[in-house]
Amino acid sequence: MRPVRELLRRKLALLGLVVVVLTVGVALAAPLAAPHDPAEQLFDGLTLEGAPLPPGGSYWLGTDLLGRDLLSRLIYGARTSLLIGIAANGLAVAIGAAIGVIAGYAGGWLGSALMRFTDLMMAFPALLLAIVLAAVFSPSLWVVALVIAMVSWVQVARVVYAETQALARREFVEAERALGAGRLRILWHHILPHLVSTLLVWGTLGISTTVLLEATLSFLGIGVQPPTPSWGNIIFENQTYFGSAPWLVFFPGAAILALALAFNLLGDALRDVLDPMQRGRH
Amino acid sequence: MASYLARRLLQSVLILVGISLITFALLYLLPADPARQIAGRSASADVVASIRHQLGLDQPFYLQYLHYAGRLLTGDLGRSYVQRTDVASLIVARLPPTLLLMVGAITTELVLGLGMGIAAALNRNTSFDRALMVLSFVGVSAPQFVLGILLLYVFAVRLGWFPIGGYGSPQHLVLPALTLGILGAGWYARMMRSSLLDVLQQDYLRTAHAKGLGGAVVLLRHALPNAILPIIAMIGLDIGTFMSGIVVVESVYGWPGIGQLTWQAIQRVDIPIIMGVTLISACAIVLGNFLADLIAPAIDPRIKLR
Repeated sequence: MRPVRELLRRKLALLGLVVVVLTVGVALAAPLAAPHDPAEQLFDGLTLEGAPLPPGGSYWLGTDLLGRDLLSRLIYGARTSLLIGIAANGLAVAIGAAIGVIAGYAGGWLGSALMRFTDLMMAFPALLLAIVLAAVFSPSLWVVALVIAMVSWVQVARVVYAETQALARREFVEAERALGAGRLRILWHHILPHLVSTLLVWGTLGISTTVLLEATLSFLGIGVQPPTPSWGNIIFENQTYFGSAPWLVFFPGAAILALALAFNLLGDALRDVLDPMQRGRH
Repeated sequence: MASYLARRLLQSVLILVGISLITFALLYLLPADPARQIAGRSASADVVASIRHQLGLDQPFYLQYLHYAGRLLTGDLGRSYVQRTDVASLIVARLPPTLLLMVGAITTELVLGLGMGIAAALNRNTSFDRALMVLSFVGVSAPQFVLGILLLYVFAVRLGWFPIGGYGSPQHLVLPALTLGILGAGWYARMMRSSLLDVLQQDYLRTAHAKGLGGAVVLLRHALPNAILPIIAMIGLDIGTFMSGIVVVESVYGWPGIGQLTWQAIQRVDIPIIMGVTLISACAIVLGNFLADLIAPAIDPRIKLR
């Protein structure tokens, strides 16, 4: 429990944790937390001229171009962001870890083939590849998550590969092998446990990247499709009016920034706490 | 050195071949039928079949790939579905604004990032250092399209200091370059900080101090050059982030470069353009990595041994 206590002592990590827990809580309790139906075009949601209402009054964060309550859309949008962020990153870490461990432990032609493939994927700009994939497969919530996972596993694979390779050469693994332990036993009992902290760090830091990628794809119109609210597509729908209704960009933008920042702060603190090599440096 | 270069060159060529294989496989998997696209909706099945034959779409996968790769080698990236011109010339026409934006963005991120990193390292473990590092995290976590729209709102719409998007004067460049640069600056600040802290712990700096050199001389002549060079070499690795960033930033600011071309192609599902830009970006990334590998041994001779 020492890492947990150490983590909670860091103010920034605690701030990140609070933001994450709050967002998860609000997302889970969306039907209770949201003051209105996110899809309902409210009768008094627009001014007489048909413009969106500014924040204040009965709609705390104002309304959007269609007269829907922005706060309710943001609360339901948190579901989309978290769902895709966590699912996509979980999948990316799983793929990356599998490829990294197999390549690092098996070595030989299989190892180099897998790592050359990783190098190859590294050469594609993530957003552009995601755009191509989203254009090839028509986007739905899970397709977006899948597309993001397919462009996000590369970093994890490289880190896990390097660590696995270093671990496989260590004396205690050598000793196990000399004692007659099988490859799977060594992998399960002696290599994987040492990778847990790396995977935990990437599992946290990576969510920040996947949340940003989902928001960007949705902003470009090829991510989550309206009317399902996502923080990115709320901005996509309303951006032409940002001059007269800046709150429609400001609030969802602040939400994306806060969530991405929270996972970044948490992941960075986790890395400091879990990685003994980093501790005490600088 | 020669064998190191030869090996890196061979690897780069192999990666380029792999990239062309993947882009081709994606085109092959595409549900949209190019023959149908060219023939138009009302064309008869015979017409579609003959176009299909003309384009070689009835040939096996590997033959189609060889044709595709051959066309790529002559600089033919296919034709746009919507604009009816070849993709390569569309991209070439949009290249100058994008290159200009990249220069502006790289300058911004280096000035901001290195400045913040150096300031943080020299004030290590003070609250100033911590504030700068939190700021760098905010830069890294900010979605570029939100940053772009907000900068546009504050500095162009409200304050009127800069034009509301467009292209043509130095004023037009400031906000897009800043938007792209702020994200990169966060990473560079963190790398610069730890690079300078590493260098400051080296023995040769203690020697420099011991022989009586002043703090400023030690910093400017001995510490900074050694700390900055490895980071400059990383610009080559940064091209991928840029190519992704320009799509968003150019669409926000109406900057008429490759990013805007891509954004328009996304709206019209003009796959050949999206594919062409992806391919060109991937090649630029491979080239950038290769150049970074070329520079690296010159900066750090130990790399030659590997």
